[in-house]
Amino acid sequence: MEGILGRKLGMTQIFTEDGSVLPVTVIEAGPCVIVAKRTLEKDGYTSVQLGFLEQRPKAVTKPILGHFQKRDLPPFKVLREFEVSPQELGELREGQEVTVSIFRPGEKVKVTGRSKGKGFQGVMKRHGFKGARDSHGARYHRTPGSIGQCTFPARVFKGLGMPGHMGNRKVTVRGLEVIEVLPERNLLLIKGSVPGPRKGVLVIRKEGR
Amino acid sequence: MSEEIIRSIESRYLRDDLPDFKVGDTVRVYFKIREGDKERIQPFEGVVIRFQGAMNRRTFTVRRITGGLGVERTFPYHSPRLEKIEVLRRGKVRRAKLYYLRERMGKAARVKERFYARENKK
Repeated sequence: MEGILGRKLGMTQIFTEDGSVLPVTVIEAGPCVIVAKRTLEKDGYTSVQLGFLEQRPKAVTKPILGHFQKRDLPPFKVLREFEVSPQELGELREGQEVTVSIFRPGEKVKVTGRSKGKGFQGVMKRHGFKGARDSHGARYHRTPGSIGQCTFPARVFKGLGMPGHMGNRKVTVRGLEVIEVLPERNLLLIKGSVPGPRKGVLVIRKEGR
Repeated sequence: MSEEIIRSIESRYLRDDLPDFKVGDTVRVYFKIREGDKERIQPFEGVVIRFQGAMNRRTFTVRRITGGLGVERTFPYHSPRLEKIEVLRRGKVRRAKLYYLRERMGKAARVKERFYARENKK
């Protein structure tokens, strides 16, 4: 399997063998269940749909409930597709569990999540502009300043950094190292930080596949 | 829930083999340091001026005067690199952080000694 769904529990630090301190994110990953398969014949590509976080049958609409009942599975809150090779797809079946044991310590992974929403932010926080001076009679402090030239080109170029909504978007962090896998508790320790708030849903995929 | 899980991971790293010492005590800390690929133990002696943090993130700061200059070093309390700690003198202090020592030199920077009944007997 290429990846798994998880939930961010928070960050802490651990001591490595040589005694140095290492910052880690604790992720509760899986157990996920294969809900559906996408096959070459039927869909033109191969992947599996994983379900994570069980929920009450009442909480989902009837059409969606049917999707689960067809396979005798409880409804899941999160459904996400993961690419698999055609060969691998043959070995997998619907209803099969996917756990953190697909990962090994030392492996590189990429983690996708929804970043914390920051609301409407100015240009200094959102784009790292320098702003203007705070004193010496300045009457502007955090403004973007000039946004272009004059008669020529007589317009503002596309892609210019402006104030606006920040955060609450999909972010992927690549090249993070798996430090520890605890299959009996469905936990994953990953070096460094990961997008989103605590309890945020994450997609953890192997790097370089 | 999630906090408990994180706590359980942190508690794997807690040490309970270190002597009990408090702010105001004079201690000698034996800290393993790595030079190239050689490892050696470096002692550092001074007054404990603060504890900070909780669980395996707990640290303490030791202050000493060397050559007229104040030197402070902060150690992770639960670090496996802490070889051992010797308590040389118990201090009697009335606050948790001894930052006031930084403004004092010489005699003024002393900490009163604390005695325990049991310790006096020997």
